[in-house]
Amino acid sequence: MHPKRKQRLFLVLFVVVFASVAIGLMLFALRENINLFYPPSKIVSGDVPLNTTIRAGGCVVPGSVQRSKTNLDVAFMITDGNAEVEVLYNGILPDLFSEGEAAVVSGKVNERRVIEATQVLAKHDESYMPPEVAEAVSDAEPGATEADEQGKDHQASCEGMNYES
Amino acid sequence: MNWQWFHRLGSPRWFYQKTSVLLPWLTFFTLAILLVGSVWGLAFAPADFKQGNSYRIIFLHVPAAFLSLAGYYVMAIAGAVGLIWRMKLAFVVMRSAAVIGAALTFLALISGAIWGKPTWGSWWVWDARITSMLVLFFLYLGVIALQEAYQSETTANNTSAILTLVGTVNIPIIYKSVDWWFTLHQPATLKLTQASTIHPSMLYPLLTMVVGFYLFYALALILYTRAEILKRECRTKWVAELCGVDVNNKISRA
Repeated sequence: MHPKRKQRLFLVLFVVVFASVAIGLMLFALRENINLFYPPSKIVSGDVPLNTTIRAGGCVVPGSVQRSKTNLDVAFMITDGNAEVEVLYNGILPDLFSEGEAAVVSGKVNERRVIEATQVLAKHDESYMPPEVAEAVSDAEPGATEADEQGKDHQASCEGMNYES
Repeated sequence: MNWQWFHRLGSPRWFYQKTSVLLPWLTFFTLAILLVGSVWGLAFAPADFKQGNSYRIIFLHVPAAFLSLAGYYVMAIAGAVGLIWRMKLAFVVMRSAAVIGAALTFLALISGAIWGKPTWGSWWVWDARITSMLVLFFLYLGVIALQEAYQSETTANNTSAILTLVGTVNIPIIYKSVDWWFTLHQPATLKLTQASTIHPSMLYPLLTMVVGFYLFYALALILYTRAEILKRECRTKWVAELCGVDVNNKISRA
């Protein structure tokens, strides 16, 4: 290889490596701020500022959704497997919102550590299957099976979440 | 090592002539596979157990997002080759890849927003995946803008190639964003190392669409590069001959 070209090759590599290190350090410094939402355990432990708008995300605890009979008020619990937080919301929930599924809510945490949500988003998992297959799968494995892995892998679906803890 | 073959690869004329033979075949296969994939995915694949029919936008969203990322590597490698070997064709490819990449990123963002509204409940969320994808879109636009900003072709090529190289950092960030941070966007469905979390009846049409989009990308890149070659080489003899112009008889240029 021509020495001039070799020199330019090293320059190109330097640009790529230098940019990667710079941006890598920046993202590392901002790592907490890049998260879209807080897990419920952070809210329970008090790491979250009160009365400012934040987002929280977790799995909706089965059986915890309570709807008002007269208006659109709804209350439910979200969990990350370690802690549970109550969410109050007034409005229409997205179609994919349901018990045992993940949700991301934005709102303010009040003094009782209850989230007064202004928006509720449904977070769906990465698995897709026809309804017949889904029925067959849920018949085959009843109850929680992968509870041990929960908490470590925050992105994992809510399937197999241990709601007892 | 003999670099002769590599330098011949950089000749715009050589590229133009070789691709003329390839184009009809590539067009045929691209259209055929895209047609099969979309009919299979939109009409014959079963509905999803949770999302019903709205999940079908995956057959557009995922291949577009795939190619917007893969296309960035095409652009970055072309930029690096152009910088190191001062190869004319490499810069032409880089310029073409920027335009096609921007279009595919836009398609991925728009289809994602349309999908997000019924499933998540929001058109747009500032989570790590979506924001880094928006940064990718701006990088593509930046490369195009830099190309147009300079009078001198050499300066334009060099500066946009350097921007391209700096921007490569963003690609692994986009890819891993859903694993590194809490995002609303779900993690990857198609996985290289483990089984994909999509039923085979939906996986195969999706893979067909991905292959179709790869071919489409190649086709679009070749077509755009050929047009760009003609534009940049319009003063050369071989382009004049291609247009049936008598070179000896000086023609007046409009």
